[in-house]
Amino acid sequence: MTVEAPAAELQGTLAPPRANGELVFAEPWEGRAFGLALALHAGGAFTWTEFSTTLGARIAAWERDHPPGEAYPYYRCWLEALEGLLDERGIVDREQTVDRAVHHRERPAGHDHTH
Amino acid sequence: MATETHTEETFSPAERTEALEDILTERGLVDPKVLAGLIRNFEENVGPMNGAKVVAHAWVDPEYRARLLADGRAAAEELGFKGAQGEAIIALENTDTVHNVVVCTLCSCYPWPLLGLPPSWYKDPAYRARAVREPRRVLAEFGLELGEGVEVKVWDSTAEVRYLVLPQRPAGTESLSEEELAALVTRDAMVGIATVPAPGS
Repeated sequence: MTVEAPAAELQGTLAPPRANGELVFAEPWEGRAFGLALALHAGGAFTWTEFSTTLGARIAAWERDHPPGEAYPYYRCWLEALEGLLDERGIVDREQTVDRAVHHRERPAGHDHTH
Repeated sequence: MATETHTEETFSPAERTEALEDILTERGLVDPKVLAGLIRNFEENVGPMNGAKVVAHAWVDPEYRARLLADGRAAAEELGFKGAQGEAIIALENTDTVHNVVVCTLCSCYPWPLLGLPPSWYKDPAYRARAVREPRRVLAEFGLELGEGVEVKVWDSTAEVRYLVLPQRPAGTESLSEEELAALVTRDAMVGIATVPAPGS
């Protein structure tokens, strides 16, 4: 996969995406989760059809069952699709991600610990 | 530390993303520089202005227009636009009697290289369900009233095929340059929920 960056030509009268649309990512993690899927696909971890299919299934599951009034969490579905596919492929087990997140939470307390 | 049962739900998406990124980077499956470049590119460089250039070029060059309608992906690549979710692009020509509108009922497939990432309304379950069922009403809600003589065609995107609507060139634009024309073309017109208004209208 290639994602070309035709940046130099996009000045002047041609509006940047933010002017002709809306903010691409509401929060930084959304952009990172998005980029991880692209980068893994570029590296051959899965095909784009495989990812899309997993994402579609995740979205359908949310549509069938979600707390009343919850806003449509597109990028959360994206992240869950990515986690699911990586787990299924044995690339990153869910437990490993949870362990790492636990470790990250403990960081502030652990990091200047002397014994 | 107290023993707790941690599951994915214990952590916010931001924490989970950070954990995942950390593991993938450590294992060499993701290069942080490549990742940063991909994200920045989508935030800054990939957007509807790419599709607008394709549309404007098709308006001024009949041969390019024919190539675009024959093979959307090849025509987009001619102008340097390629990448993920642009594997197969079909350009849909709006005429006086046909208006095309694009949806992805399954998830949110979208021609990224030409339009960037989809807006929230495109991803919204209501749009995805209703665009197929009652397209005229949906278009009217977006402010687009189509005459009786205009047939509305709804195209459902898939992981393999993405669509770009080629809107009609507005009247009174004969003297405009290609760059000026491109500036008139909106994302909404290229998804088919709007037309391109004449300048100053």
